[in-house]
Parts: sequence; C-alpha cells; structure tokens
Amino acid sequence: MTEDNFKMSNKQEEEVSKFFAPENEKRKVETPDGEIIEINPLQDYFSDARPKVHHPNTSKVVEKFLNWARAESLWVLGFGTGCGSIEIPPLLTPRFDAFRFGVQMRPTPRQSNVIIISGYLAVKTLKRVIRSYEQMQNPKYVLALGSCTINGGMYFDSYNTINRLDYYIPVDVYVAGCMPRPEALLSGFGKLKELIKAGKGEKANEYVEKFDWYKANQKKIIQDWNMPDYNW
Amino acid sequence: MNNLFNWEPDRSKYPTVKDNGELDVDLSSHKFTKLWVGPNHPGITGNMAVEITISGDEIVQAKTHVGYLHRGFEKLIERRLFIQGFPTCIRMCVAEPDYNEYILSKSIEDLSGIEIPEMAEWLRTLALEMARLQSLLRTVPGQGGTFSLGLGVQWGMYLRDLISDRFEELTGARIYHMYILPGGVRGLLPDGFKARMEENLKLIDQFVINIKKLMFDNVIFKKRAIGVGVIKKEWVDQFGIVGPNARAVGISRDIRKDYPYLKYQELDFEPPIAKNGDIFARSTVRYQELIQTVDLIRQIMAKMPEKGDIKSPTPNVLHWKIAKGETYIRSESSRGEYGMYYVTDGSDKPRRINLRGPSYNHAMSLLEHMLINANISDVHAIMVSLQTCPPEIER
Amino acid sequence: MKDLLERLNTKYNLTDIKYQRDNLVFLTIGKENTIDLVTHLRDYEGFTHFVLLSCVDWIEEGKFQLTYFLNQPERKYDIAIRTMIDRDNAEMVSAHHLWRQITTYQRELREMYGINFPGSPGVDENFILEGWDDIPPMRREFDTKQYSEDTFFPREGRKTHDPASYMKEKLYPTEPTTDKVNKTDE
Repeated sequence: MTEDNFKMSNKQEEEVSKFFAPENEKRKVETPDGEIIEINPLQDYFSDARPKVHHPNTSKVVEKFLNWARAESLWVLGFGTGCGSIEIPPLLTPRFDAFRFGVQMRPTPRQSNVIIISGYLAVKTLKRVIRSYEQMQNPKYVLALGSCTINGGMYFDSYNTINRLDYYIPVDVYVAGCMPRPEALLSGFGKLKELIKAGKGEKANEYVEKFDWYKANQKKIIQDWNMPDYNW
Repeated sequence: MNNLFNWEPDRSKYPTVKDNGELDVDLSSHKFTKLWVGPNHPGITGNMAVEITISGDEIVQAKTHVGYLHRGFEKLIERRLFIQGFPTCIRMCVAEPDYNEYILSKSIEDLSGIEIPEMAEWLRTLALEMARLQSLLRTVPGQGGTFSLGLGVQWGMYLRDLISDRFEELTGARIYHMYILPGGVRGLLPDGFKARMEENLKLIDQFVINIKKLMFDNVIFKKRAIGVGVIKKEWVDQFGIVGPNARAVGISRDIRKDYPYLKYQELDFEPPIAKNGDIFARSTVRYQELIQTVDLIRQIMAKMPEKGDIKSPTPNVLHWKIAKGETYIRSESSRGEYGMYYVTDGSDKPRRINLRGPSYNHAMSLLEHMLINANISDVHAIMVSLQTCPPEIER
Repeated sequence: MKDLLERLNTKYNLTDIKYQRDNLVFLTIGKENTIDLVTHLRDYEGFTHFVLLSCVDWIEEGKFQLTYFLNQPERKYDIAIRTMIDRDNAEMVSAHHLWRQITTYQRELREMYGINFPGSPGVDENFILEGWDDIPPMRREFDTKQYSEDTFFPREGRKTHDPASYMKEKLYPTEPTTDKVNKTDE
C-alpha cells in the first residue's frame, strides 16, 4: 500500500466540500413558537434562560421516596479544585471505601449531582466551577471542603483566592479543617444524606431565588465574563 | 505491507508554514480540531489545561494553560514573619509537603547561620525519604493508570495511606506535617515506630513485585509506553530538565549525589539511570527509585542514633530579624531539583522568596514541545510520565 | 571558582561579589552586559543548566533586581548574576534564545512585576491571572490584604492578634499597658 492511496483526488475533495458546504451556511429556522431565527452552524449556542425552581412532588410519600433515592446515590463530579483533591483518592480505595455509602465519582457534570469544592478557589477556577455547577441537573448539592471555603482560611489575604464560597454558589455542607481527613469527608457525606432525607437539601432552589445576587457577586470578581449567564 | 502498520500522516501538505514561521492552522478548513484537555481531568495531577489542535488524531499544536491553583504564596510570605511563613509555604506542593518545609527552613538557617544537631538531620532525612516514598507510590502505578491499569493505583493508594499513618504518628498530621522547623525538627520517633515502619516496608516489597508483573511485564503497557513521548538527550540542557526525567535519558543528575545535603553522604545509594528517554524508561527509573527509597529508609533507620538533641536554639521567633542577604537552597524531590531563592533585607519579614519547581520547565516549555506529533490517546500518559505538579508552577 | 571569577573580572565589570557558600557566588553587573555575560558563561564556561530567573523589588531605591541563576553541572557550582533595572518603565533585554524555559519566566515576570521583555514570544499573553486590571500583584506597593478585603467579601468574626503583643500580654499581664494598644490585623 502506498501513501498515494490516502490522498484525495481533486474530484473527491470537491465532493467533500459540497457535502459540508450547505450544512455550514447560515440559515433561517422556524422555532416551535413560530418565530423565525437565523442560526450559524459554526457557532456555539447556549441556553441562557433563567433557571427555574424545582418544586417538590405534591405527594409527600413520593417525595420521601425520591429523597431517599437521592440520598443513597450521591454521584460526585470529579472536579478537584485545590489541596483537598489529594484526600479524595484514598476515599475511593478499600480503606475508607465511599462506595458503600453510594458515593462515586462521575466524569461529567451531566451525570453528577454533588460537586465537592475541595479547598481554595482561585478566581480562574471559580469561573469553571460556576459553569460546571450550572450544567449539573437538579437536584444538586455542594460540599465545601476545608477552611478556605469558609472564610479564606490560610489564604484570607490572598489576591487571587475567594474568601467565602457561599457568596458565589450555595453550599449545603461545610467540612472544616486543613486538610479534612477522609473520615471527616465521610461524615460530611453522612450529614448531606440526613439533610436530603429531611427534605432540606434545597440550596439549588435558593440559587434560583437569589439568582441576581449570586450573579452580581460572581461578575464582581470575574473580569472577562465571556459566557452566558446561565448555561445548562 | 509494512507501511500499513507504521503509517505516518503525510505532513508535506498540511499544516503549511506561513512566511513568518508560524503554522497555518485554519480551524474552519475542517482539517483541524481544537480540544481542551483539562483544566480538570483524571489524567492530570492537578488543575492544568492543555489546549491542543489535532489533525486526525495527531497533535499539531499544544499550549499549556496554568493559573487554576494560583494563591500568590510568594506575596503572602512577604508579609508574614519568618515563622508565620512556614505553615503557608508547605502548601505550595501538596503531594510532597516536606520538601517545602526543608528548603524554607534550610534557607533561614543558611542566612542566619544556624547549625542543626545531628539527630535532627537524621530525622529530616527520614521525613524527606518518606515523602518521596509517598509520592512514588502515587506516580509509579499512576503511570499504569493512564493506560487503564487501574488496579495498581488502588494498591499504591492503600500503601500510601499506611505511610500517611506513620507520618501521623511522627508529626500528628496526615498531609501537612509541619515537622521540619527552622533550627531542627519537632519531635523524636515514637516508641515502636521502626517496627511498624518495617511492617509497612515489607508490604511495599511485595507491592514492588506485584507491580512489576502488572505493569512492566504487561504487553499492553510495553506497547504503549516504549518509544512514546521521547525526550532527546540534547533537550536536557535546552529545557532545563532535571530529576528522573533527565536520568531516564542517561544523564546522571541527582542533587543528593551532586550537592550532598543532610545525611545523604553517609547513605549508600546510586541513582538509577535508563537510556531511551521514553515513557517506559521514565517509569522504570521511578520504579527503581521506589525500590531504592525503601532501601534508603531501612538504611536511615538502622544508622540513626536512638536519642539526641533535635533542635538548636533559635532567636525568639516573634522578634526574629535576619540581616540583608540572599541564598539559594536546593533539594532533590521525587520530581527533580526543588529549590528556593530567599532574599532578606534586615527586617523581620523576608523580602522575596522564589520557588524553583521542576514542573515549571517540564509542564510548560517541554510538554508543549513533546506533544507535537504525538497521538491524542497518549497525551495523559506523557503528562503523567513527566510527573508535573501544577501547584508548584504557579505557587 | 575563584579562577573563574578572575577570568571574568578581566572581561566584565563585576561588583558586589559575595560567596554565600563555597559553590555559590552572587555578583552584580550592569544592565547592558548581563545577557552578554550569561551567553559567555553558557558557551565558554559550561554553565549549561539554567536554574532560575527571579526578580526582587527594592522599592526604596526605585529598582528591580533581576537574578539569573546558572549552574555548571560538571564542576558543580552556581553563579547568580544580579542586575538592577529601573522600576519605572521597567524593561530588560530578552534572553529567550538561550534556554527555552526563559520564555516562561519572562512571561511570569511581565505579569507579576510588569517588566517588559521586548521580543520574547508570547510575553504579553495571560500566564496565571485572567483579566487582571490592577497594578501587577507582586510589586511591593500592591496591598494584597486590602485588595482581598475590598473584593472577596471577608467573613465577619475573623479575629486575629499581632503575635508579639499578644504573647506579651499573655506572659506579663501585670505590666503597664502602654505599648500594646497597637494591635493590628495581621
């Protein structure tokens, strides 16, 4: 087999460009509401609609069952933001074994409902965290690890790390310490379970209700805000 | 037929080179795709992003983005007393905090002329080697982890936890030990420490045998690691490559041998060397270093005295002033030369500290250069094989 | 080491030579000869390993001190070349052609101190910070605590003491309390 076999002839190239061309042209589309909009296939589109409140089920029994199911399957987004991420791998090994509590790591925000903010947050990371948090599906919970998420901890005077996490995204459970031990983290998960089972894990709704306040805080420190306000 | 298996893309046509020497990468031509690896990805040891442009599954351009973990340590330590800077500085690299403690303490001792007692030197050597062992127990199987050999990671993490327990006995903390202070160390070995450590080392001896079967005799690992991610010999000086990455090319550079510090002169060891400079060679060097570190810990525990002074008198730490001066202290961490440039100006706070981490060169200029023409499935393997630690790049 | 310095002294005007250790020497040279000396050391004296490029802010004198750390791997000694540049419109000749990692160091110094290195590739790109619009953070006049308080919503109730006066108060409670009122927020 020679290399020439991999080269395309002029005719083939023409066919390829024909195949791609109409798709990539800007065109007008009719939306379900009857509105006509122009779309550009080469551009990224995000939904920037405001988030909606996630109401509990009207039946108390069903809601209780749902809460039980949510509490027993905490799927964590694999996003380590700081020093705390060094204590998460031991959590998943047989010694501490978080799997027995239904905790497991997931690679994408779409599949997970818990985000662990494992320590200090630099401003650059905060932007990525907000995006990941907003991409997660409801119901979602935030577990904040370490003293740096509570009041800045060691980095209270640093110019690049935030002091209080709860001004930017709502926090369900704090685990204090620098570093918190894996046992403390497990107990944090236990606390989160209790909250969810009692129907108190409603921080995602709080984020929706105080959306403008959170956005104002976030935009105050993230200088180049080049993303939609809410992207899910 | 041989061509079919050693197929290489025809790069004569694209990417074409512009007049000013830059590559002509036009994303709308459908020949290139831009991908971000990171800032958070299981294959990366910390938050760091690599922006790669691929053509097919080959990388044409790569650019490292850091800054996701920047805390401004150097600024923070400038406004703290000498002793206050100490708990701050150890958080600069999370995987091996003891090296931060050592270089900071040693800089202060060097500038103020404090000699530390012999027992403290032995204990420091022990703590540093234990930290190296912890770090290697993560990286050696971690390299297999990038090729989906996840079992080794589980073994390594369990053993790493046992060493964490020994650290907890010795210092009271699992991760941030704060054991090595200016003037000495904080405590003697607890009773029965050596016996318990020996038990753990025996488990690690077994792990060493198992991991060889799992990784280094594994045909998949060999197939993917040999000849991939090659560092050439002439790059070592050009890019400032240090530590195991340089030793895997055949250049024997080890701070413990070249600029002996602490008690390394009295220990019997020879840094392992490999020739080829690919991922397999770097893994082998780390693997042999793991065996050597176990041996070093045994040597240290056998040779160290039972009792002794562990702390020299220092001035009152709250009123400690150091005359104007500057120094550079280096040590050999598991990643290579780990140094600190320390400047004082006669006041009670340092004027400037600057950490010299090996990842600074490895992850920025070297990685960008190495990734070109690599396959996209090897990106994580190459990154992990350089053993980068992003927090020490940006501090 | 001493013979090397004698050789260099005939060629360059070196001042402030200080032996920190037997194998580590600090010396100062004028701004215009710095890159010349670094190139000479690399090409003729075997200083092939570039360790570090750092900057010290001497705000009182209105100067930045750039320090180039070179290492000679065979004879195992280090040389640190200091050069003073003006603080206003700080600018230095770029050395990115000598070692590849200097590009990164110069990018960092550009961002953290505002020192310009004309011609260094990508020197104006963001390195660590994103969208920073204040004065470069590592300069001495930048007050990081003030910035943090103004920007990041400090949590109330964080009470800290100046350790010196706090310990004094604790150890000698009966002494007259004249000089311990200056509690700071450190």
